[in-house]
Amino acid sequence: MKVYEVFRRERKGQPFEHAGSIEAPDAAFADTWAREQYGRRGESDALWLVPRESIHEITEWADEFDLKYRRVDGYSIKARLKEARERASVAAPDAG
Amino acid sequence: MSERASLLLTLADDELIVGWRDSEWTGIAPTLEEDVAFSSIAQNEIGHARALYELAAADLGTDADALAFDREPSEYACAPLVELRLLDDWAMTIARRYLYEQADQVRISALVSSSDPELAGLAAKIDREEVYHRLHAELWAERLAGEPRFRSAVEELWPYALGVVAPEQRDELARRVGLPLPSNSLLQGHARGTHTDELEPLWTEMTEVRRSIPGAQW
Repeated sequence: MKVYEVFRRERKGQPFEHAGSIEAPDAAFADTWAREQYGRRGESDALWLVPRESIHEITEWADEFDLKYRRVDGYSIKARLKEARERASVAAPDAG
Repeated sequence: MSERASLLLTLADDELIVGWRDSEWTGIAPTLEEDVAFSSIAQNEIGHARALYELAAADLGTDADALAFDREPSEYACAPLVELRLLDDWAMTIARRYLYEQADQVRISALVSSSDPELAGLAAKIDREEVYHRLHAELWAERLAGEPRFRSAVEELWPYALGVVAPEQRDELARRVGLPLPSNSLLQGHARGTHTDELEPLWTEMTEVRRSIPGAQW
């Protein structure tokens, strides 16, 4: 048996989201079973079935040098944006 | 009873009883995924029965529940194939699912081109759902094709399967399944109109709650 991760799209134009998984002997059974489990009530517009072993997963993050300066935590973009907008409106030519 | 009403009851009774039998697998199918799929297919069949009973009920001046539950076992028009209790034999169960779907396709596709628009419309709607049932059944039949137990199950149920379709549709079913037509006496023994001993216990259980308070509004 093989595990297939199931991604579900509710409507066209929306992103696929992880819905769960299916354990099946092959892709054909996974197809049939996924239809019944994730689509029989019309709740999905499309499904993606991905064999779990095809997923390249990343969980380890290297941050050995503590490069905090690369991150934006504590940097108030809101205040800067407000200032920038004010400057822009002052500089804008009079529409009247 | 009109020819149309009796045809509708034939189809509805088959779908109700096969759905009921398949639902006996809920909770005990070989894997969880198959349990969900098989139960869902069983429920679809009962849903088809409901739609067919409603159409028949309008012709007969009654309602779908009365047709499904208030008749005597001998009045049901289902084929013996659907009556058989096959629990807990998965090979026999899949053999019936496979043969039933093949037979059902033969008669449903004939109805899709019916001159009766209501009948043709409902048949087309049912057939759209049956596509997935057929995929499921064929997938299993293919997977079990090399198993002697499955092959003998198909052979054992084959004369029953021919009882699902009208006599003039038997050749087409035989071509589709790839098995020869058995002798006439074997066909007669499993034809629609005869019932197995297994229908009555099923009926007793199926109608138990409804019979407990006759005439109740549920």
